[in-house]
Amino acid sequence: MHEHDVIVVGGGGAGLRAAIAAHEEGADVAIVTKLHPVRSHTGAAEGGINAALRDGDDWTDHAYDTMKGSDYLGDAPAIETLCQDSPGETIQLEHWGMPFSREDDGRVSQRPFGGLSFPRTTYAGAETGHHLLHTMYEQVVKRGITVYDEYYVANLAVTDHPDPEDRECHGCIAYDIKSGDLTAFKATGGVILATGGDGQAFDHTTNAVANTGDGPAMAYRAGVPMEDPEFVQFHPTTLPSTGVLISEGVRGEGGILYNSEGERFMFERGYANNDGELASRDVVSRAELTEVNEGRGIEDEYVYLDMRHLGEERIVDRLENILHLAEDFEGVDGLEEPMPVKPGQHYHMGGIETNENGETCVSGLYAAGECACVSVHGSNRLGGNALPELIVFGARAGYHAAGRDMGEAQIQTGPSAAIEHETDLDTPVSPGALDRPDPDVAADGGAVTADPDAVVESALETERERVETLMERDGINHAEIRADLQDAMTQWVNVFREKEGLQKALEAIRECRERYQNVAVADPSRTFNTDLIHTIETRNLIDVAETITLGALARDEFRGAHWRAEHQERDDEHWLKHTMIAWNDGSPDLYYTDVILEGQDKAYEPKIRSY
Amino acid sequence: MSTGITETETEEEQTEAVGAARAAGESAYQQARMEKKEIDEANREARRQAREAVENADRTVELKVFRYDPEVPEKEEPRFDSFPVPFSKGMTVLDALMWARDHYDSSLTFRHSCRQAVCGSDALFVNGKQRLGCKTQVADLAEQGVPSTVRIEPLPHAEVVKDLVVDMEHFYDQMESVEPYFQDEDTPDGLNEQRQSRENREKIKMSTRCIWCGACMSSCNIAAGDNQYLGPAAINKAYRFAMDEREGEDLTEHRLNIIEQEHGVWRCQTQFSCTEVCPKDIPLTEHIQALKREAVKKNLKFW
Ligand SMILES: Cc1cc2nc3c(=O)[nH]c(=O)nc-3n(C[C@H](O)[C@H](O)[C@H](O)COP(=O)(O)OP(=O)(O)OC[C@H]3O[C@@H](n4cnc5c(N)ncnc54)[C@H](O)[C@@H]3O)c2cc1C
Ligand code: SF4
Ligand code: FES
Repeated sequence: MHEHDVIVVGGGGAGLRAAIAAHEEGADVAIVTKLHPVRSHTGAAEGGINAALRDGDDWTDHAYDTMKGSDYLGDAPAIETLCQDSPGETIQLEHWGMPFSREDDGRVSQRPFGGLSFPRTTYAGAETGHHLLHTMYEQVVKRGITVYDEYYVANLAVTDHPDPEDRECHGCIAYDIKSGDLTAFKATGGVILATGGDGQAFDHTTNAVANTGDGPAMAYRAGVPMEDPEFVQFHPTTLPSTGVLISEGVRGEGGILYNSEGERFMFERGYANNDGELASRDVVSRAELTEVNEGRGIEDEYVYLDMRHLGEERIVDRLENILHLAEDFEGVDGLEEPMPVKPGQHYHMGGIETNENGETCVSGLYAAGECACVSVHGSNRLGGNALPELIVFGARAGYHAAGRDMGEAQIQTGPSAAIEHETDLDTPVSPGALDRPDPDVAADGGAVTADPDAVVESALETERERVETLMERDGINHAEIRADLQDAMTQWVNVFREKEGLQKALEAIRECRERYQNVAVADPSRTFNTDLIHTIETRNLIDVAETITLGALARDEFRGAHWRAEHQERDDEHWLKHTMIAWNDGSPDLYYTDVILEGQDKAYEPKIRSY
Repeated sequence: MSTGITETETEEEQTEAVGAARAAGESAYQQARMEKKEIDEANREARRQAREAVENADRTVELKVFRYDPEVPEKEEPRFDSFPVPFSKGMTVLDALMWARDHYDSSLTFRHSCRQAVCGSDALFVNGKQRLGCKTQVADLAEQGVPSTVRIEPLPHAEVVKDLVVDMEHFYDQMESVEPYFQDEDTPDGLNEQRQSRENREKIKMSTRCIWCGACMSSCNIAAGDNQYLGPAAINKAYRFAMDEREGEDLTEHRLNIIEQEHGVWRCQTQFSCTEVCPKDIPLTEHIQALKREAVKKNLKFW
C-alpha cells in the first residue's frame, strides 16, 4: 500500500495545479494518472485563459460576463472566486516561464473571445493548453513531486455509511498499467479527483479517447451527486471528419461563418445581430445546425469558417496551429480555402458537485477541473473560462486538502442542501440498477468502519474480485457497447433535444447496461492490458451518459446549451435551480438545490441573454 | 493470419461453462445457457459485421502489425499479424489500428489519446519511419494512390513492453536530466509580468512545441549507440530555457554546462534524422548547432 497525505488523481491542468498547491503547503503529495501528465487532454486547449489583467478591465466585469454566459445557472460565489483569483494564477504561470504570446512592450497578449465584454483572453499562440500543461509539469518535476504515471484508478476507498454526508474517503485503488498489479493508495489528507472530461460518451467530440468520465462515475457511485449533468457544451467549430477543434480564437481574430449560399448567416439570418460569430457557443452551434437542417449546409453536414481575409501574417502569428490542424486532419489549406466546420461535443459543464474549496459532500474527497461542477459555467461555458477554472480551483482544492484554512465555503453540498425532490418523472424504463444484482453495477464502497486501512483493503478486495470476473469469464467486447452508447447519445442527446428522443436514449443506455453485465476481457495478459482498462471505462461512460440524459429529460425548459423542442423559453420561475442526481445503490435519485445569485457586493439579476 | 476467434473454440468454451453451471444446480444452469447463447450470438454478429464491412468496402488496407507479449505463450515469439481494414478517405493510421482492435482482436495494444497530434502518445514506426499514427493519413502512405500494406512497428531503439507499446522511462530520464523547468532569479511582485520581447519569444517558439513523443530519439543513430547521450528532445528542451531571455546569465551558464557534458551536444553528428521525423517541425539539429556555438563563445569544454 502506498501512503501519502494527498493523492491527486489525474495529471492534467487541474491535477498538476492541485499537486503544486498541496506541495507548497507542505504536504506529501502524489499524482496518480492513467496517462503520463504531458499526455493529458489539457494539452489540446487552443484559445486561451480569461483573466482581467489590464487597465479598463476588472474582475467584476469578468464575473458579470460569466454570470450572463451561464444563463444564470452559475453560483455567484464560485464565479466571483474564479474571476478574482484568475489574474494572480495566470501571472503565476507567467512567472513559471509559460511562453505566452507577447505585445510589443513585452507584456502578455490578450484577445477577444465569445461572450466577453473585454478582450481578456490571455494566450500562447493557438496552443495555450499545451504550454500551460508543460509549464506546470515542469514545476512538478522541479519540486520532485511523486508521479505514478500509467496507473489507472478504478475505485475509491470510501466508507459505506447510509448518508453520503457521513462518508469518508481514505484513498483509491489503481492498476499499474504496465505490470497489471493492483495497488492501494491511502491518503491521510484527501483524494482530489482531476480526471477531466467525458466526451467519449458521444461519438463526435473534440475530446481525447481517454476522456471517459472516470472521476465523475467513481464519485457518483461513492455517493456524491452529479450536478447539472444535462449541460453539455457543443462547440460550433469542429472538423467534420474527426471532431478536431478549430479554436474560437479564429472567430476572435475575425474569422467569419457562412452557409452554402455564401451568406454570413449569423447576421443575415438574425441569429446574433450584435455579436455575430462571437455570440456564445450554444447560440452559434444552434445557428449552424439550423442552417444545415434548412438545407443551407454544405454536403448536408457543415458550414464554412473563413479566415483567409485575416492575411497570412496574422494567421501565422496567432493561429498557426489551426493551419496545421486543418491541413493534417481535413486536408484543407486555411490560407487558400474556407474550413468546413460543424458542432461537436466539447465540454461538460456539469459534474461532481463541489464547493469553492473543491470539497464534495464525502469528506476527504475533492474534485477540480472539468470533472467537477463548482458551478462556474452554469448552463453554458464561455470560451477561455475552463483553463482559469483548472488553475483557480485546482489550487484551492490542493491547499484545502493539505490543510490550509480557506475560509468557510458559501456553497453547500450534499443531499441536505436539497430544496425539492422529483418524484414523477416520465421515464420509459426505470433507469439505473437492474434486478439481476451484479458487482459491476452495485455501489462502490468499503465497509462502515473507523479504520482507514480496513476501508482501503476492502476497496482493494472489491476491485480484485471485479477484475477476476472480467478476466475469467467469456463475454462480449466492451467496444460494441461503447459504440452503441455513443451513437445513442449523439442521435438523441445532442444540440437539439426532444422528449421522445431523450426517452429513447434512456432505453438505449439501459440496454447497454444490461449487455455490460456480459462484458468480458479477451486479452489474458496482465501487461499493459488496455482491453481491461477500456472495459472499465465503458462502464463509467454508461453511468455518466445516464445522468446526462436523465437530467435533460427532467429539465423541461430551454437554458444555455440545453435546448428542448417542446420548451422554447427559459423558465426562471420553475427552473432557476441545480439538478442533482444521486446514485442511491444504482437507482438514480433526482433532487434540486438553489442557484446562488447573491455575490459579494451585489445580486445578479437574471436578464434575457441577447448577443 | 488470425482475424478473431474461431467458432469451434467458442463452442468448446461454451460446453465448459455450461458444465460448471450444471454442477451448481439446474436453474443456474438454465440461466448460464441463456447467457452463453446471448453472448455467442453477440460475438458472432460482431464478427459477421466486421467481415461484411471488409467485403463491402471499395478499398481495404492491410495492416501488418508487430505483436509481442512476454506473458502470453503464443505471443512470446515476436510476429506480425495482418488485419484487413476498410479504407475511407481521411483515415489515419491510428483510426485503422483502432478499427482493427475493435473488430478483430481487443488485445492489440498501443498508446493513443488525443487523436490530434498534441499528446505525443502514438509515435510509431510506420513503413519504416517514425511518425505519429494520428497525424499520418493512410492515403499518404499509398503507392500510386492505392493504399495496400501499412507496416506498423513499435519505435526502434526502445524496449518493447507489449505489441506497439515501448518503455519510455529512459526518454523521460534524459528529459529530466537537463533541469527542464524555468529557474527565475528575480520574479517581479504580484501581478507584474516578466517582460519578454516578441523576438525572444519567436526565437524559442519552435522549441516549446515538443510533445515528448520520442520519435527523434528513436531515429537517432548516436542515441542508439550511446545510451547516455542526452538525445535531441532533451537538448531541445535545454535550448528552450537557455535561450529564454528571462532566465539570467548565471543560469544560462549553468545550463550550458549541463549540455556540454561528455554525452551532451558534442555527440551530435548532424545527421538530421531527428529533424526529419519530428512531427512538430522543430528544427532540432539547428537548435543543437546553436548550443554548440554558444558553448564555443563561452569557451566551454570540448569533448
Ligand atoms: C480541443 C479542446 C480545446 C479547448 N480549448 C480551451 C481553451 O482555449 N480555453 C479554455 O479555457 N478551455 C479550453 N478547453 C477546455 C479545457 O481544456 C479542459 O476543460 C481542461 O483542459 C480539462 O483539464 P483537466 O485537468 O480537468 O483534465 P485533463 O487535462 O483531461 O486531465 C485529466 C487527467 O486525468 C487522468 N485520468 C483520467 N481518468 C483517470 C483514471 N481513471 N485514473 C487515473 N488518472 C485518470 C488523465 O490521465 C489526465 O492526466 C478545451 C478543450 C478541448 C477538448
Ligand atoms: S522534439 Fe519532436 S520528435 Fe522529439 S520528442 Fe519532441 S515532438 Fe517528438
Ligand atoms: S494520439 Fe495524441 S499524438 Fe497521436
